Amino acid sequence: MANKFSGVDFYDMDSLLSEEERAVRDTVRTWVDEQLMPIIGDAYVEGKFPEQLIPQMAELGFYGANLPERYGCAGLNNVSYGLIMQELERGDSGIRSFASVQGALVMYPIHEFGSDEQRDHWLPRLASGEDIGCFGLTEPDYGSNPAGLITTAREDGDGWVLNGTKMWITNGSQASVAIIWAKTGEISDPASIRGFIVPTDTTGFAARDQKGKLSLRASDTSELILEDVRVPASALLPKSSGVKSPLMCLTQARYGIAWGGIGAAMACFEESVSYSQNRIMFDRPIAQTQLQQERLANMLTEITKAQFMTLQLGRLKDAGTMTPFQVSLAKRNNVNMATECAREARRLLGANGILAEYNSMRHMANLESVYTYEGTHDMHTLILGQKITGLSAF
Amino acid sequence: MKLAVCLKRVPDTTAKIVIGSDGASIDETGVKFVPNPFDEFAIEAAIALKEAAGDGETVVYSLGGDASKETIRTALAMGIDRGVLLQTAGSQDGLEIAKALAAELKDQDFDLILFGKLAVDNYNYQVGPMTAELLGLPCITSLAHLSVADGKVEGEREIEGGMETSTCQLPAVLTCDKGLNTPRLPSLKGIMAAKKKPLEEKPVELGAGTFEVLGLELPPERKAGKIVGEGADAVPELVNLLRNEAKAI
Repeated sequence: MANKFSGVDFYDMDSLLSEEERAVRDTVRTWVDEQLMPIIGDAYVEGKFPEQLIPQMAELGFYGANLPERYGCAGLNNVSYGLIMQELERGDSGIRSFASVQGALVMYPIHEFGSDEQRDHWLPRLASGEDIGCFGLTEPDYGSNPAGLITTAREDGDGWVLNGTKMWITNGSQASVAIIWAKTGEISDPASIRGFIVPTDTTGFAARDQKGKLSLRASDTSELILEDVRVPASALLPKSSGVKSPLMCLTQARYGIAWGGIGAAMACFEESVSYSQNRIMFDRPIAQTQLQQERLANMLTEITKAQFMTLQLGRLKDAGTMTPFQVSLAKRNNVNMATECAREARRLLGANGILAEYNSMRHMANLESVYTYEGTHDMHTLILGQKITGLSAF
Repeated sequence: MKLAVCLKRVPDTTAKIVIGSDGASIDETGVKFVPNPFDEFAIEAAIALKEAAGDGETVVYSLGGDASKETIRTALAMGIDRGVLLQTAGSQDGLEIAKALAAELKDQDFDLILFGKLAVDNYNYQVGPMTAELLGLPCITSLAHLSVADGKVEGEREIEGGMETSTCQLPAVLTCDKGLNTPRLPSLKGIMAAKKKPLEEKPVELGAGTFEVLGLELPPERKAGKIVGEGADAVPELVNLLRNEAKAI
């Protein structure tokens, strides 16, 4: 029987969750204990996404869980959605990334910017895991500055022809469908950015695994090459319009990441508490030393602060009043907090902390990616700086 | 097939138990409650039997207060069709609970009535067989394997040193053991669907009964182990202590 994770809840946050929110959290938590934890260490070392989990996650409804039931989704609120991301990332950031991309970056734009036909065709297939999606926005020279992207879509007869290169694309090699963002007008015109639904078996489309990653090893990261990729007019997401459309997708994904950071931090805290109580040095548990107690007290404090901020963020999202700036603050804080917790946990674990048998160093290495993707920590600093001062520093 | 499952809300098996001020009950403050794990085998068996039969109905019954509604909804989220809460403050007397269940379940034409073999809070093993007796139905307890065909149920149960296979006619009462199946997790869609499934509430009066819990005690704390040495050199001392101190050999 797998070990049961009991969470971190120092201020009785559970009393602020509905029965349904707790039930959702508990299903994902148990699934992570039973299906993910026994295999994640090996998957990470082998550098392979555990594909056998894809149908299980679909069966339980993890993909696009906050989208409507009529598309085969669970129709959950955003707090429940956040709790799913928290629990998945308690297991591994790579697994949470998979679900984030499928839900927030592929299903969300089809639901938000797609036609009825596109929604009816794609959403049930993505919810059931029959199709796997990826999100092609970032390019080799346009990461923090997506408005500058140089992938083009040119109208040609009754369709479009796409050309360009995308990079750092999660799920890229395993995806059967890609949301590709391209400029339909002048390269200097970010308002001409539109989204396209591109099946990855379309002629001219190629995905290449990015090798040599020392982080998110249980996740697929690829380069996408589009060379005269011809798609029908029906591939265009009709309601996508300008760079703000992909940025709206990123707000969804960043919201999930803010919750995910809490999950990774909880995992590291739990491992630290357990290890420090059992590890005997100088004839007493290391938990009985002030240095380790300070580490644990800091972790618990930061996790607890992040929990309440993020729960309120979720309540604002459910009320329809959440702003992208609020998401920036939570993503920036929580991922940084989780990275610090993971690093301290790894140190508390001493030499054992460098082994894949323990979780903290895997989280620590993963979180360096999470710190960097979906708006780097620094970019979120500048977004907040701009919001506070009204002056853009980027 | 028409299947009933009787479900109890119990403290999570990982909960740290504190004995209440009366010395005879547990302090429920901060304790997480879950469906009795053995009852989850019964829930899974009921859902799987209905799925295999292609039609029918599954109904979950629980005795307790309002908090038991959450436990019932967990069963509904797993796939049970509807729930019935028999509203009562509860009783420690298994026979009184069995009487209330039997009164509710009789004349409802269930093919099978399923229980967990015991509830992990009090380990009484009582309510399932008592309910069967009161209903005049055959009962197979502690099932590790189950098959239903031609109006009969065949069950295997683990007994000391082996397996026992037995059979009886439907309708029947079964109590389920670990190993019977792997209970499914409530899916997220199931959790949403559970909110819309019928959950009937009926007040029941339990008799005073004759059974009373006089006191509860936590097990004594385990003493720290003793390391007598390392390798072959330590064996004589280990044997000496096992024989003379622990009196284990």
